[in-house]
Amino acid sequence: MELRRLELAIPILGVAAILLAGLIGLPLAWLFRVSVAEPGGGGLTGANFVALVEDPELLQPLLLSLGVAFAVALACAAVAAPLAWLIARSDFPWKRAIRLLVLTSFVTPPFLGAIAWEILAAPNSGLLNQAYRLMLDLPRSEHAFNIYSVGGLVFVIATYTFPYVFILVVNGLERIPRELEEASAILGARRWATALKVTVPLGLPALLAGTLVAFLEAMNNFGAPAIIAIPAGLQTITTKIWTLFQFPPQPGLAAAAAVPLLAVTIVLLQVQQRLLGRRGYAVVGGKAGRPDIVPLGRWRLPALLFALGIVTISVLMPYAALVLSAFSRTLSVTLSPANLTIQHFTFVFAELSGTRQALSNSLILGVTTATAGTLLTLVIAYVVARRALPLWRWLGYLATAPIAIPSIVLGVGLFFAYTHPPFALYGTLAILFLAFLTIELPIGYQQFQAAFRSVHSDLEEAGRILGAGRLRTLADITAPLLWTAVVSTWCLVFVASIRELSAAILLFTVDTKVLSVLIYDLNESGDPGAIAVVGLLMLLITFAVIGIAYRLPRAGLQARPAASEEG
Amino acid sequence: MKYRAFRWSTLALALALGAPDTADAAMPAPTTITPELVKAATAEGKVVFYTSVELKLGEDLAKLFQEKYPGISVQVERTGSERVFQRIGQEYAASIHTVDVVNSSDAAHFLYWKEHGMLAPFLSAEMATEYPANAIDPDGTYGSWRVTLSPFAYNTKLVKEGEAPKSFADLLDPKWKGRLVKASPNYSGTIMTSTYETLQALGGWDFFEKLAKQDVLQTQSATEPPRKVATGERDVMVDGSEYFAYALMDQGNPLKIVYPAEGVPMITSPAAIMKEAPHPNAARLFYAFIFSAPVQQYMVEKGGTRSLDKEVKDRPDHVPLASLKLWPEDPKAMEAKAGEIKKKYRQLFGG
Repeated sequence: MELRRLELAIPILGVAAILLAGLIGLPLAWLFRVSVAEPGGGGLTGANFVALVEDPELLQPLLLSLGVAFAVALACAAVAAPLAWLIARSDFPWKRAIRLLVLTSFVTPPFLGAIAWEILAAPNSGLLNQAYRLMLDLPRSEHAFNIYSVGGLVFVIATYTFPYVFILVVNGLERIPRELEEASAILGARRWATALKVTVPLGLPALLAGTLVAFLEAMNNFGAPAIIAIPAGLQTITTKIWTLFQFPPQPGLAAAAAVPLLAVTIVLLQVQQRLLGRRGYAVVGGKAGRPDIVPLGRWRLPALLFALGIVTISVLMPYAALVLSAFSRTLSVTLSPANLTIQHFTFVFAELSGTRQALSNSLILGVTTATAGTLLTLVIAYVVARRALPLWRWLGYLATAPIAIPSIVLGVGLFFAYTHPPFALYGTLAILFLAFLTIELPIGYQQFQAAFRSVHSDLEEAGRILGAGRLRTLADITAPLLWTAVVSTWCLVFVASIRELSAAILLFTVDTKVLSVLIYDLNESGDPGAIAVVGLLMLLITFAVIGIAYRLPRAGLQARPAASEEG
Repeated sequence: MKYRAFRWSTLALALALGAPDTADAAMPAPTTITPELVKAATAEGKVVFYTSVELKLGEDLAKLFQEKYPGISVQVERTGSERVFQRIGQEYAASIHTVDVVNSSDAAHFLYWKEHGMLAPFLSAEMATEYPANAIDPDGTYGSWRVTLSPFAYNTKLVKEGEAPKSFADLLDPKWKGRLVKASPNYSGTIMTSTYETLQALGGWDFFEKLAKQDVLQTQSATEPPRKVATGERDVMVDGSEYFAYALMDQGNPLKIVYPAEGVPMITSPAAIMKEAPHPNAARLFYAFIFSAPVQQYMVEKGGTRSLDKEVKDRPDHVPLASLKLWPEDPKAMEAKAGEIKKKYRQLFGG
C-alpha cells in the first residue's frame, strides 16, 4: 500500500516542485536579466549597478533604507525583549490582553499605521500636537511630534514590526529547558540573578533572530516610507524602485535597485538560521513544563505602565485616530457633535466608483490565495515531515525561499516575467494571485511544519500498534489534529493577502485594484475621511477572519509566521 | 524629437502634393446627440473615465451623467495626471484597453497621445458652437475641458492679510520656513504645468532651489495644498488647484487666495476619447456631456473651475481672468522639458 501511494505521489510532487520552482524562479530570473540588459536589446551591461553606487539619487535612498532598518531593529529589540520577558517569565497580570493587543498590532498593515500616525502626529494638525498646544497653551509654531521625519518613519515602522521580535522572543523563552534555571536556583542564585545570568543569555539567539527579521521588514517596507518619507522630501530604496516605474519607466535601474535588497535579505536570513539552529522558526508547545515565574513585586506598576504604553501607541491611539477621522468633518482634538458626520461612509460606499471592485478583488484574491496556498503547503509539509519522497529536503527549501525575496522585489520580477508573452498575465487578477501566493507560501508551510511536528509520529505509531491501518490512523488521528492548522493557515494567508501592498502597487491595473492600493491612491489624492473609512473596512475584515482563527483550540498562531507580511 | 520629424515629413508631403490647408479638413463634422447614439451607449452600459479632477467633483459628474442616462454606469478612476499618463502607457503597452474618456491637466500628454494615434476625433454640435476655436484641437481629437490657475492661498486664521505673501519673492523670506506646502510635478499635471510656466517666467531654477530650503511640506496631488492649508497643517500654499480652493471656501474653510504679483500659472485640462475605447458610443455621450453648458456651469459653481464655454457664466466671486497677469501654456515646449523638470525637482524636493 505504501508503494502505491509513493508511485502516485511522485508525479504529483514533481508537478508541485516544478510549479514552485517556476513560481519563484521565473520572476527572479527576469529580474536579473533586466538588471543587466542593455537598453534597447542586445548585450549585457553593468551600468545599472554602477549607477546604483554612483548616482546620489539612487545611493542615498539605499543608505537611508539601511539606516532606518538598523534603527528600527534596535528600537524593536529595546521594546519587544522586555515585554516578551514580562509575558513569558513574570507574574504580569494581564498577559492575555497584552498578547491580544500585540497580535492586533501585528496584523495592522504598517501603511495603515502610518496613516493613523499622520492623523496623530502631523506637526500642525496632528491630534497629539493639538492637545499638546492646548494643554500647555503654546503658540502654533510649537509641536511635540513631527511625523514627517526620519525619526517619524523609524517610529512608525518599529511600532508595527516589534511584534515579530516579541513573538520570537516569547517562544524562545518558553523553549528554554526548566532544568537549567532550576539548576541555577539549586546552586543558590536568587530569582533575579537566574533571570539575568541564565534566562537572558539563553534567550539571546531568539532575540537576535527577531531583530534580524525586524531589520528585514523595515528595509523592505514600501507603504510606510511612501506615506511618511516622501512629504518630508526623503526617499527609501523601496519608494525609489516604485518611482523608477513611473513614466518613462527605467526597468533596468529598478531591477538593479532591487538586487541589494535581495542580497541583504538572503545573507541576514542565513545568519538567522544559524542563530536559531536547525529547528527553524516554528515553535509550538513542545515538552517544556510550566516556566519558572518571577514575581514582579514593586516592579509591577512600572511594568504595567510600560506594557500599556506600548499597546496604546501601537493600537489604541492609532485606531482611535482612524475612527475619529472616519466620523469627523474636520480633524479636531476638541470633539463636538456638530463635527460628527457619516458623509465619508456615504461617499466611500455609495459614490466612490472604485470601492465595490476593490473590495471584491481583495476578497476574491484572499479566498483563492488562501485556498490554493493552504493546499499547496499542506502537501509540501506532509512530504517533508514524513520524508515521503526523495529530495524532500529541497521541497522544504523551495517553500521557504520566498521569505528571502522582498515583496517589492517580487513585484518587480513578476512584472517583467508576466507582461510579455507567453505569460501575459498583466491586467488580470492572476498576476496578483501569483504574487500573493508566492509571498505567502512560507507562512503556510511553517504553520504546517509546526503542526506536523506536534502531531508526532508517536501518536500515529500508537494507532498503528493498536491495530489501525495507515489510512485509519490518518483519518482518526492525524487529520483531526491537522484540521485546526488548516483553518488557521487559511486565515493567516487570507489576512496576509488582504494587506499586501508592495507587490500589488506595481502589478495592479484599474480593474484589478485591491483595497490596499485603493487606500494608497486615496492617500495620494488626500481625502482623510475616506481613507480612514476604507482602512477601517480592511481592519474589520482582517479581525473577522483572525477572530475565527483565534477561537480554534490549539490555534497555530503561537507559531511564528515568518514571511514578509508587510505592506 | 519624433514629433518634429513627423511635422517636417507632413509639411514636405503637403508641399509636394499641394495639399489644401489641413486644419479645416481634419476637424470632424459636429455630431448631434441622437436617440440612436443614446441607445447604442446604453447597450454598452458603462463608460470608464480616467481623470485628474478632484475626486468628489469627478464622482458628482458621474452621478449627474447616470441620472441623465440611466443604464450607463460611470467608473471614475481618479489619480494625478502624471499617473494617469503612466497607467495608460503601461496598459496600452500590454494591450489592455480599459479607458474610454481621459482627462489630464498636463496638456503635453495630449500631444503625445495624438501623435501616437491613440485618440479618436469627435466634436459634439454643442462644442462646435459654444467653444472658441483655440479651445479645440484642430483635428478634433481633444478639447479644453476645464481651466484653472495655480495661485497662492493662506489660512486666514493663521496669517493676517497684511502678512500674507504677495509674490514669489516673498515666499523666500525665512519667516515662512516650515509654514509652506506645495504639490509635485511628478504626480500632478497641474503642478507640472505650473512649474514649467514658473521656470519660464522667473528665468530658471533659482527660485525653486531657494524654496527647497524652506522646509516645504511636499504633497502629491494639487488638491492637497488647499486642503492642508484649510486644516491648518501649513499656513500658505505655494501652488495648488485654484478650483479646489474655491470649493473648500464654499464649505466654510478659512482660506483666501492670493494671485502672485509676478504672474499666475494658468492650466488648461483637456479631455479626449480614446481610439481603442471599449465603449465608444458611451464614450462619445459622456464626452459630449462633460463639455455641455449645464455640466460646465455645475463645475464652475460647485467645483470652482473656469470654463471656456461661451454659454457659461463665471462665478461672481471668481477674479476675472482678464484682470490677472496669466502665464501662458506651451505644451510642445513643456513636453520636451518634462523629464528634466521632474528629475531636477526630485533632486531638490525629494518627491
